[in-house]
Amino acid sequence: MQVENKEFKPLIVAFCCNWCSYAGADLAGTNRLNYPADVKIIRVPCSCRVNPMFILRAFQRGADGVIICGCHPGDCHYTTGNYYARRRMTALFSMLDYLGIEKGRTRVEWVSAAEGQRFAETMNSFVSTIISLGENKRLEDLRCKTK
Amino acid sequence: MQDKMIARAKELLRDGAVNRVLGWKTGEFVYDITPAVFTSAEELDRDFVFDAFTAANLSKYLVKESKKEGKVLAFLKPCDSYSFQQLIKEHRVDRENVYIVGIPCEGKVDIEALKARGISGITAIEETADAVTVKTVYDEDITVAKQDVLFERCVNCKSKKVVICDEMLGENGEIVDSDRFDAVAKLEAMTPDERFAFWQNELSRCIRCNACRNVCPACTCEKCVFDNVNSGVEHKVAANSFEESLFHIIRAYHVAGRCTDCGECSRVCPQHIPLHLLNRKFIKDMNELYGEYQAGADTETRPPLVNFSMDDCEPSIVYQRGGNA
Ligand code: SF4
Ligand code: SF4
Ligand code: FES
Repeated sequence: MQVENKEFKPLIVAFCCNWCSYAGADLAGTNRLNYPADVKIIRVPCSCRVNPMFILRAFQRGADGVIICGCHPGDCHYTTGNYYARRRMTALFSMLDYLGIEKGRTRVEWVSAAEGQRFAETMNSFVSTIISLGENKRLEDLRCKTK
Repeated sequence: MQDKMIARAKELLRDGAVNRVLGWKTGEFVYDITPAVFTSAEELDRDFVFDAFTAANLSKYLVKESKKEGKVLAFLKPCDSYSFQQLIKEHRVDRENVYIVGIPCEGKVDIEALKARGISGITAIEETADAVTVKTVYDEDITVAKQDVLFERCVNCKSKKVVICDEMLGENGEIVDSDRFDAVAKLEAMTPDERFAFWQNELSRCIRCNACRNVCPACTCEKCVFDNVNSGVEHKVAANSFEESLFHIIRAYHVAGRCTDCGECSRVCPQHIPLHLLNRKFIKDMNELYGEYQAGADTETRPPLVNFSMDDCEPSIVYQRGGNA
C-alpha cells in the first residue's frame, strides 16, 4: 500500500477593497513580490461590503482562513466604510472565538494602494498562521462542500 | 390583575378608543397560552387570560396589527415594552395606531421547570409575590417557590420598568441589577476546546424549526436570509454536529445591537438551546468595547453597530482580550 504524504495546502479567501488593498495586491504583482497562490482574492467595493455571512459561507465551503483587507482607517474611499467594518468584524471575531473557533483563522488588515510590499508580507504571514492551525474543521459544512 | 385588565379593555372598546384588544388566551392546556386578538366584551370574558403562564411577548404582533384599520389595545409587560420601543426606533410599527396599557410583571413560570419537578396534569395556577400554587387533575394542590420555576430571563430580569405606554395598570417598576452576563463570563473563561464542545453539544440539537427566528420581535424582515433557496443548505439535514452554527451566528448577529434581551428565543426553543447566551455575548462585548447600550431603552441613541468612533479598537483585540488562549 502506498501512503501518500499530502502536504496541507490551505485555502485562503481574501476580501480586498477595490480602492486600496486590491490595488496593493496589483502592485505586489507588478513588483513580482511573492505570496502564496493559495490566496484567492475577492474584490469588494469597500471593506464594509463584507457581510459576516460571506465569511461564514467561505468557511462552510472549505476555506481555511479568511482575511479582510481595506483602506487604512481615515482613508476609506467612501470616508467611513472601514470604521463600520471595524466594529462589525470585531463583534464577529469575538463571537467566533466564543464558539471555540481557533483564533487566527480570521483577520483584518489595512493595506493601502502603495503598500505592495506590505500586502505580500501580510499574506505570507496569514498563510503561515493558517498552515500552523491546520485544516478548518469546525466551521465547514459538508452539505455545501463540492469536493 | 386579569379582572382589572378585562374591565379596562371593555371600557376602551365601549368608548371606541380602540376596536380590538391584543392579549393572551388559553390553548388546549392552561399552560399552553397563545397571543390572541379580541374584538368584543363577550370574547374577553370568555377567553382572555393573564396569569403566571402568559409569557409571550406581544410586541411583534404589533408590526402587522398596527397597520390595520383602527386602533388596537395592547397589554405590554416591561420586556415587551422594550421590544416595542425598539420597533418604533426601527420604524416597524405605527405608534399612533396602538394604545398601550403597561402591566407590571413578577416573572413568568416555565412549564418545563414544573414538569422537571414531576408536576403534571396542571389545571390551574395561582401566584403570590414569591410562590406559585398549581392544581392538578390528581386533585393535588402544589406550592413551589417562584424563583425555582421561573424562566431564566425572569430569574435574571434586567428591568421591571415599562418604558413606553399610554397608561399603567398598577405600579410601574424599576430597572434592576441583574447577573445576566455571568453565564457568558463563565464560558469566556473556558478554553476554546471546552467552548467548542459546549456549543457543539448545544447547537447539534437544533432542528431548524426556525421558532427562535419567528418569535423574535427584532426579527421582522419581510424576506429572511435563511429562506434563501440558493444557500445550499435549504431543507438538508445537517451532516455533522456543528453545521447549524452559521444559522446561529448569523441569527444572533442580525439582532446584535437590536436585541433587547427579552428572552423569547430561548423560551420557545423546543430543544432548550440557551440562545440567550449568544445574544448576550454580543450585548456584553458591545457594552465593554463601545459603551453601555440597552436596545429599546429609548428611541434616539444610535445602536453600536450602526455607529463608530475614530479610535475604536482593532478587531485583533479579540485575540488579546481576557479569556483563555
Ligand atoms: S434575539 Fe431573543 S432575546 Fe433578543 S430580541 Fe430576539 S427573541 Fe428577544
Ligand atoms: S427554536 Fe431551537 S431548534 Fe428551533 S431553530 Fe431555533 S435553536 Fe433551532
Ligand atoms: S473603500 Fe477601501 S475600505 Fe472603504
